[in-house]
Amino acid sequence: MSDHKDIDVHSYLAEFDDIPGTRVFTAKRARKGYWLNQFAMSLMKAENRERFKADERAYLDEWDMTEAAKLAVLARDYNAMIDEGGNVYFLSKLFSTDGKSFQFAAGSMTGMTQEEYAEMMLKGGRSPDGVRSIKGGY
Amino acid sequence: MARVTAGLTSSHIPALGAAIQTGTSNNDYWGPVFRGYDWVKEWIAKDENKPDVVVLVYNDHASAFDMNIIPTFAIGCAESFKPADEGWGPRPVPDVVGHPDLAWHIAQCLILEEFDMTIMNQMDVDHGCTVPLSMFFGEPDAWPCKVIPLPVNVVTYPPPSGNRCYKLGQAIKRAVESFPEDLKVQVWGTGGMSHQLQGPRAGLINKDFDLKFIKQLINDPETLRHMPHIEYLRDAGSEGIELVMWLIMRGALGPKVEELYRFYHIPASNTALGVLALEPAA
Repeated sequence: MSDHKDIDVHSYLAEFDDIPGTRVFTAKRARKGYWLNQFAMSLMKAENRERFKADERAYLDEWDMTEAAKLAVLARDYNAMIDEGGNVYFLSKLFSTDGKSFQFAAGSMTGMTQEEYAEMMLKGGRSPDGVRSIKGGY
Repeated sequence: MARVTAGLTSSHIPALGAAIQTGTSNNDYWGPVFRGYDWVKEWIAKDENKPDVVVLVYNDHASAFDMNIIPTFAIGCAESFKPADEGWGPRPVPDVVGHPDLAWHIAQCLILEEFDMTIMNQMDVDHGCTVPLSMFFGEPDAWPCKVIPLPVNVVTYPPPSGNRCYKLGQAIKRAVESFPEDLKVQVWGTGGMSHQLQGPRAGLINKDFDLKFIKQLINDPETLRHMPHIEYLRDAGSEGIELVMWLIMRGALGPKVEELYRFYHIPASNTALGVLALEPAA
């Protein structure tokens, strides 16, 4: 008996676009964001953090990133960074360099203030109702 | 012979490590979370329960692995592993001491069982690995047991399926049971529960999903292991996919388990947090 299962990678991936407010880190995004994520990784080294803080633009120009990605980093616009293929675990090196927490970064992507976001979490977080599926509306 | 004596689950969020470091683990926010670990801390400190080795299943958060190398399943075979500098300096915790003999033994068995493991002879371990150690063992000068870190890719899609993770756990159990030394081995599944750290939907928490997941993990893993990724993503948030790692722990315990302890808490920073202690049952 064969273990082979028919897997349709296209429909597997297409379903991800049906989740509201969510960008799944697919191969396509991983390729687009390669240098942005590698830049973020470089901030794990103390000497790189110092050089970045001293002149952010000059440090970013050392990387083969899109201009949009560089501007998103300079603006600390985490949604825009994710649109450019950034992944939050890589980008965590950037907000850690800024002395910021995961809660700060996650909150900044919701359009809420940090206080409003923290309050939502204290009250049990964002309900999944209505934000599971765009097409299904559930 | 070595045997798998228990399985634990824990969150591994960096904020827990930060709470220990800043001395805030007893405040109004973190106190209830840390007290939720007290039962397991006391249980695991007893001689009869203390593991000789922990196979610690976690995901690396862009620390040991960058975008150049993305192993689906890796296993740490080194003598020891240093805490990674994740951008704020390494966590001030002891080095993680490995068990290369058992790690290599497990790696060989898994490869013969057709799991293509990546063998790590040099690897720094990040909060995914060290925070659960702190939560269960506190702040000792040295960790009280050997640790075999087992990082799983749950960041770049596709991660392994729940079914694949469950089968890996089953294979780990067989590997442990064929190791000639008399060792008590625990398997820990870390991460989760429901959470999303990115995009406008960040902050998602799904208590109903989490509690059902725990129930099925304990009583009906045969159904749970077949849950597709899209259901984790829709219901448990984009980072809730970490829960597939709990299925590795569950697979390693055998078909039936006894629940020793359960703790569920919302919120721990952005996440729902689940602690389980399970034992294989006859």
